[in-house]
Amino acid sequence: MNSTGQAAMPKKKNLLPKLAMAGPVSLWMILFVTIPLLYIIVISFMSRGVFGDVAYKPTLESYQTILDPTYFQVILKSLKAAGITTLLCILIGYPFAYIIARKPKDVAAKMITLLMIPFWTNSLMRLNAWLLLFQTSGPVNNFLMHTGLVSKPISFIYTDSLVMVGLITNMLPFAVLPLYSTIEKLERSLLEASADLGANARTTFMKITLPITFPGIFSAIILVFIPSLGIYTVTDMLGGGKVLYIGNIIKNQFGSIRNWPLGAALSVLLILVTMLLIFIYTRFAKIEDMEVV
Amino acid sequence: MALTRREKKEKRINILSNIYAFLVYAVLYIPVAVMMAFSFNNQRYNYYWNGFTTQWYAKLFSNSALISSLWYSIIIAILSTIISVCIGTIGALGLKKYEFKGKKAINNMLYIPIIVPEIVLAVALLIIFMKVGLSLGMGSILIGHCTFCIPYAVVTIKGRISGDNDTLEEASMDLGANRIQTFLRVTLPTIFPGVMSAAFLSFTLSFDDVVMSNMLSGARQSTLPVLILSMNKSGITPDVNALTTIMVLVIVTAMILNSIIQRSLKKKKG
Repeated sequence: MNSTGQAAMPKKKNLLPKLAMAGPVSLWMILFVTIPLLYIIVISFMSRGVFGDVAYKPTLESYQTILDPTYFQVILKSLKAAGITTLLCILIGYPFAYIIARKPKDVAAKMITLLMIPFWTNSLMRLNAWLLLFQTSGPVNNFLMHTGLVSKPISFIYTDSLVMVGLITNMLPFAVLPLYSTIEKLERSLLEASADLGANARTTFMKITLPITFPGIFSAIILVFIPSLGIYTVTDMLGGGKVLYIGNIIKNQFGSIRNWPLGAALSVLLILVTMLLIFIYTRFAKIEDMEVV
Repeated sequence: MALTRREKKEKRINILSNIYAFLVYAVLYIPVAVMMAFSFNNQRYNYYWNGFTTQWYAKLFSNSALISSLWYSIIIAILSTIISVCIGTIGALGLKKYEFKGKKAINNMLYIPIIVPEIVLAVALLIIFMKVGLSLGMGSILIGHCTFCIPYAVVTIKGRISGDNDTLEEASMDLGANRIQTFLRVTLPTIFPGVMSAAFLSFTLSFDDVVMSNMLSGARQSTLPVLILSMNKSGITPDVNALTTIMVLVIVTAMILNSIIQRSLKKKKG
């Protein structure tokens, strides 16, 4: 930074451009991120009014409701679904990212673009396509019936498994991109040195590749796990109201059910999970290094 | 020439890994292909395949709810892009160039909308808007969209600002240009590829957004994704598939054009 050069100038002259440039973004973040998030924490400790409004009487009621088995089970189910999605995205995405990273630069760039193109399609319509494919009289069931593999159509839709398919196919790029960028930086000479020193492929992977690419793996965990935990569109589109995750519960509190403090408390829970993961992440990597774009 | 054992093994691994990559791509492209195929389905609702037709492409424009939501989405996406790119560009430059108290906090704050689940931010904004009495509509959706587009814009553009910028700017000012001239003639051209990527990203993020729009839209008009979400219960009609198919083709074409422009810009520079 040229702070020494700037400091030599009179302070007043420097203030206006500084304010004009860093001001708007700072103001926007404070007004529309910090204040709303702090306010939602406040609301989570308030009680629900008679008409579904917020009564400003402090209470822990919403947090007690979360621990109620009906809600707590949804939370556990969401955590499990997000966990399985993350695990599978990394298990599928790691070899895929590795293959791309080992291709020549221009081929790799094309493969990454090829990965992104499906995501320029409306996400809801992509989810709907799974429904069309697997519905009772859809192509998959027709095929199974024709070949005589099954005598009755299988009900694939509105199940946890189909929701999982939707989650994984929606989240996979968010695992592949950070994995790719760490694997790509991995020096080939390190792997060769390891092989020359007598390590087999497995040892090289466990001792060299995996530890070096670990920040990428953790970025992938954050970028897949956290959105999967809060998502409600996948469950709405593929779960048909039968599969509910935290996101659906929060949405409903601000829609038909009108229990804002409960919705706020569940949101605070999501914030806490996010903060915990970010805290762990910052123990061994800088947040700025996370490949988010 | 006979291949050594090691070469043979490498070749086999290479073939296997190409098959694996192909399978992953197949799974990602299947929904897109199915979505497109059902735009040609000769049936009012997409419950099963009932023969080929192109009628939905012709009838598309008579579905006024669909078309008006499309325009609404496009206008919102354009406005969010303009606001986010303006604030994001000068913000990225300001945050890179100046030191001030609380800068670290702002930098961290920028990661919140990127990382925290979108529903949380949407709900938080809804509560605040209700509190201050802002009526829901285009304004509230715009604020919502910009709140997640600005951080992406800042991060994208900040990555493109190199150390050379300071020297170039100082040279420009020493030669008598004022701050505005320096910004337009020196700074902006050097970060222009970043600004373009940020604009492209903001547009697609806003255009495809469901969660923020669904929470913050008024009763009168919904964006296209919100309309699709609400149609899901009764069944999505094939004309929506037709519209989405057209949209994908337009976006992919725009993306190809964008990469051609970026490449020619790079060539011109160096």
